[in-house]
Amino acid sequence: MSESFSAALTQLGPESDVVITSRVRFARNLRGFPFTSRASSPVRQEVMRLVRRAVEQSSPHDGSGCEMRWIDLQTATLRDRQLLCERHLVSKHFASLDAPRALALSTDEHVSMMVNEEDHLRIQAIGAGACARECFERAAGVERQLARTLLFAFHERWGFLTACPTNVGSGIRISAMLHLPALTLLKELDRVKRAARELHLAVRGYHGEGSESLGDLYQFSNQTTLGATDDKLLSDFHGSVLPRLVQYEREARTAAMEKGRVRLEDMVHRALATLRSARLISAEYAVRDLCRVRLGAVLGLLPTELATIQRLLLQVQPAHLSVLHPQALEGDETERELRATLIRQALG
Amino acid sequence: MKCDLCNKPAVVHEVIIQGGKSTELHLCAEHAIEKGLAVPTQQPLADILPALGGVVKVEGVIGRSPQQARCTACGCTFADFKKVGSLGCPACYDSFMPMIAQVIERAQAGATAHVGHSPPPSLDAERVQRLRSKLMTELENAIAAEQYERAAQLRDELKALEAAPQVHDE
Repeated sequence: MSESFSAALTQLGPESDVVITSRVRFARNLRGFPFTSRASSPVRQEVMRLVRRAVEQSSPHDGSGCEMRWIDLQTATLRDRQLLCERHLVSKHFASLDAPRALALSTDEHVSMMVNEEDHLRIQAIGAGACARECFERAAGVERQLARTLLFAFHERWGFLTACPTNVGSGIRISAMLHLPALTLLKELDRVKRAARELHLAVRGYHGEGSESLGDLYQFSNQTTLGATDDKLLSDFHGSVLPRLVQYEREARTAAMEKGRVRLEDMVHRALATLRSARLISAEYAVRDLCRVRLGAVLGLLPTELATIQRLLLQVQPAHLSVLHPQALEGDETERELRATLIRQALG
Repeated sequence: MKCDLCNKPAVVHEVIIQGGKSTELHLCAEHAIEKGLAVPTQQPLADILPALGGVVKVEGVIGRSPQQARCTACGCTFADFKKVGSLGCPACYDSFMPMIAQVIERAQAGATAHVGHSPPPSLDAERVQRLRSKLMTELENAIAAEQYERAAQLRDELKALEAAPQVHDE
């Protein structure tokens, strides 16, 4: 976990002007064992052992040529757990639990598997831009490999059984992290959120469930997992809902440029000026201003490279900063100073 | 045969012997529950639930409220589920019928059944996993009951299972 950034989050992909990342996750549980919330420590250990063996026997690749490594979260350092959290590979809850749990992670960090989260298995594939179909194929490939040696809890009527009935059926959650600054600026976001809910989509903040939006970044995901084939779930989200959301944001950007170009220019130039001049900056303010610069870069108002901003968005997070500068302690002045220096150097 | 108290078909037939005198009782599901009598499990309880104000039969116990319904496999109650938002084990889905069906339909925009893919059949894996799960439960019970000799024996059995050849569906 010593690398300072993850390939999946710092690259650019299709529709990168609006779509930061896409994710697909499969929730699975082992038949014959209680769900994680009622599992004793020995049962959790047994689930880990079974999954680990299945992972090791999975060819040993995930089908795309990447080896999987095993990270025991109970013995992992706090910084490593925070790194995983900042890379959206584990949930905050999973990072801070005090119980036997693990993460299997492909070497390119596109595919991961939380063991003993809310469900025994949460298989996830993540990629840059609008790439839900590729993510789906990789996650499904891992699931198929594991199903050779593991027996998943399955019900004739309800499909794959999950700890929470909201995930039952396919157990598949498809999500995309979107940058929606123009919709926010034009105060259209509430309307979009309402429309999304009507389409049975959940809208969450930067760090998933219960989190606030940061930098106008929002996660959209399917809320229903039952009653549709995997293909239908995928085509509804990736082929229908996501292009519409991207289109709304692009139209809002055009409208914002036409109606209030000076205000928009002022906002993105101020953000860049702050980042180029600040001597102390918190992670929260850094993300907010980086996202504004991102908008400026996408609209051609600023010369900044999108890839630089993507990388910085991750590097300014507390654990990632402490990899580059081990003396940085979260929240203290030295940390804010190191963050400001890092950004100034990167943005010239 | 019709219910003694209404015109619905009788599903419960009891012979009550009191003071040396026997009386036959034939009741529909609704009246049987009112009298506290067991209803055959094949009775579609979902059909009569709304009329009963939430009184259901779970695991052979009559008159319990949905909150008290308990999964016999893991001990989780429906109230536990509502409190933590998580079921206890895969068997809870059957134990908490029909309440769980209502929860799912509400959460899943009215969908009532899975239509996606199923896991591939793997009978050997199933046998091994079922056995392993059973041994684990017995081991925990043995440790809880301080039966250490039995626990050691179960641990050896689990180890032997581990050494068994693995199954691939090539």
